[in-house]
Amino acid sequence: MKRLIFIFFSLLSLAAHADLKVLATVPEWGALAQEIGGKHADVFIATGGLQDPHRVQARPSLIARARNADLVVATGAELEIGWLPIILRNSGNPRVQPGQPGNFEAARAVRMLEVPTRLDRADGDVHAGGNPHIHTDPRNILKVGEALTARMAQLDAANASSYRANFKDFAERWKAAMAKWEASAAPLRGLHVVTQHKAFPYLYDWLGIVEVATLEPKPGVEPAVSYLSQVMNDVATQKPRMVIRAAWNSPQPTEWFSEHAHIPGVVLPFTVGGSNQAKDLFSLFDDTVAQLLRVSN
Amino acid sequence: MHRASLSVLAACGVLASLPAQAANNDLKSLREEIAQMRQAYEQRINALEARLIKAESTADSAQTVARQTAVQQTSVQQTLAQQPMVQQAAMPTQSNRFNPEMSLILMGSYNNLKQDPNAYQITGFVPTMGEVGPGSRGFSLGESELVLSANIDPNWRGTATIALAPEGEVEVEEAFFQSLGLGNGFNLKGGRFYSGIGYMNEQHAHAWDFADAPLAYKAFLGNQLGEDGVQIRWLAPTDMFLEFGAEVGRGRAFPGADNNKNGVSQGAVFAHLGGDAGISNAWRVGLSWLGSSPKDRSFDDTDSLGNDVSNSFSGKSRMWVVDGVWKWSPDGNSTVRNFKLQGEYFKRREDGTLASSACGGCAADYNSDQSGWYVQGLYQFMPRWRAGLRHDALKSGTVDIGLVNNGTLSLADFPQLAAHDPKRNTVMLDYSPSEYTRFRLQFARDKSGLGATDNQLFLQYIFSLGAHGAHSF
Repeated sequence: MKRLIFIFFSLLSLAAHADLKVLATVPEWGALAQEIGGKHADVFIATGGLQDPHRVQARPSLIARARNADLVVATGAELEIGWLPIILRNSGNPRVQPGQPGNFEAARAVRMLEVPTRLDRADGDVHAGGNPHIHTDPRNILKVGEALTARMAQLDAANASSYRANFKDFAERWKAAMAKWEASAAPLRGLHVVTQHKAFPYLYDWLGIVEVATLEPKPGVEPAVSYLSQVMNDVATQKPRMVIRAAWNSPQPTEWFSEHAHIPGVVLPFTVGGSNQAKDLFSLFDDTVAQLLRVSN
Repeated sequence: MHRASLSVLAACGVLASLPAQAANNDLKSLREEIAQMRQAYEQRINALEARLIKAESTADSAQTVARQTAVQQTSVQQTLAQQPMVQQAAMPTQSNRFNPEMSLILMGSYNNLKQDPNAYQITGFVPTMGEVGPGSRGFSLGESELVLSANIDPNWRGTATIALAPEGEVEVEEAFFQSLGLGNGFNLKGGRFYSGIGYMNEQHAHAWDFADAPLAYKAFLGNQLGEDGVQIRWLAPTDMFLEFGAEVGRGRAFPGADNNKNGVSQGAVFAHLGGDAGISNAWRVGLSWLGSSPKDRSFDDTDSLGNDVSNSFSGKSRMWVVDGVWKWSPDGNSTVRNFKLQGEYFKRREDGTLASSACGGCAADYNSDQSGWYVQGLYQFMPRWRAGLRHDALKSGTVDIGLVNNGTLSLADFPQLAAHDPKRNTVMLDYSPSEYTRFRLQFARDKSGLGATDNQLFLQYIFSLGAHGAHSF
């Protein structure tokens, strides 16, 4: 009988510890954690592919997930500042608090762009750490993946070799895919574009695309029509070839600009789940490059 | 003299003709020189660019390598602590770098009120002595809220919310410590804090969706219940949100009466259940119970002869609160469109004795059984713009006054407690050009007082300065 009880409890504890429970704030890190974790990671993603990552509700379900999580994977650079602190504080889980190994911030693994030299809300929704939309450059996915693998291996030493092997395999496929994307996107180099929200500086940095204007007067501030027509006049000489928005931006500003400036409007998936084609990290970039090429030709 | 001027003229002539002759040669050499310079600069720029790219890539790889080894060798905590140290090593130590996060909320409004706000009352309900009126007529400054918060050490976090009233008073709304490291889903809070009962009670006024509190909050909690005490919460280890909480305190404000007594004078227990329904819907429901034992909780009234009198209640106050909130946004993206429905139901029973100065402090049994509810909907129909609708209703129910039953006094001696079911309807439109700014237009038809319908118009602003606040669900 005693032995039976012992087996029962060890089974229980096995069931509870078999997986590394991961709470990812945004789909891209959820997908990456799943690639690395494979069958050993139980990944829950806090937001959908069509959600504005700046404005997320601190939903009760997220607090429940954070309570049991071994690892919270966030972008950092204040992207989740409006909701993640509340979730973590209410979770009653000391392992995932900021500064603990169970709290991973992707932005710490990459070189940040657009780091403001002064901090003033008169400049709109600026992030002190730099532009937080780092995942739109696939080279950053690789860097973050490397750091995340190390972190997952540290937290779950039993499966460390499996995580490293998974990442090695992922990194090889990723590098091959990057070479393919870079080759097909070569005609985009030097292309002038207008963007609704500053969501893609890392993508542009990677592909050599030139952002000649943004439709938002300041980051996070919706443009009025008068401002849009001003932008249109200002950039006319620069001859932008397309106007780009992320799937979660409100459609009107880009539609207006596209119609009045007579250039095509492009909706980029931004993250996994941002379009029907973007089902994982690979198809996210397949679709992103395809969308850009489709209108540039 | 003549000769001199002639030779000067001649010299001028020679000088004037010189450039014309030399122009072709000079231009040619100048062009060559510029071309050489350009070439030299281009070479130098190219060399610099190449060096920059090389430096960047080595810095990147050095960073990655450093990070890798650090992660492998030491705990991540140490790594994160070391990074800023390395960058800032050359800078002198500044003691203010550990200053708390600070934010300041500025609020104010223009109010147009048909009835005199000084005569505001919620007839049928014991006055709470709180600031429940609709505010002053005309332009008025609201409360300015100063919020300071920071981690105290790895295990604790502290938060203080100081309200600066326009009259110049300073009130500590909240000042509490909160655990970070208890684990197993436990959270401990102590100090002064807003009670965890109901849905809206924990939210500060600037986060409300209307300019004022629901009538039920005004009548049963004096706007909002703040407690000096301790609170413990436990979050169940389930995927569905299930939370239990309990708190005890001094009962410093309504329905308590600051009893000047050791031990516990007021306590509450609550439970919350919540989850998602698909990606577009999220919800939470709650059930709370609040018990208080006020001693000599007094309120002012006017007796049948028109004299100012003071009545006081001693006994038990027991209240149940049921609350629910549901939020919807297409694909979970609340930026463009979203909808929020929230409602709460209060039921309170008070048992004890009521004494009145109208009969020289005579006292007799008193009990009341009262309830109230509100429901409100908020719809963001386009980015930055929201419209809201709210309905409030209170039921004065049964109020049994022993002093009236035994003939000592009459009902006319308690006009505040006259049978009346207050009602209010409110419409609201607000515009938030940025996350830190909100302008609100609100109109209410308020039947809180017996026989006096008040038409209330509020034009309100809410600005938030400083640290970016995080808002609860």
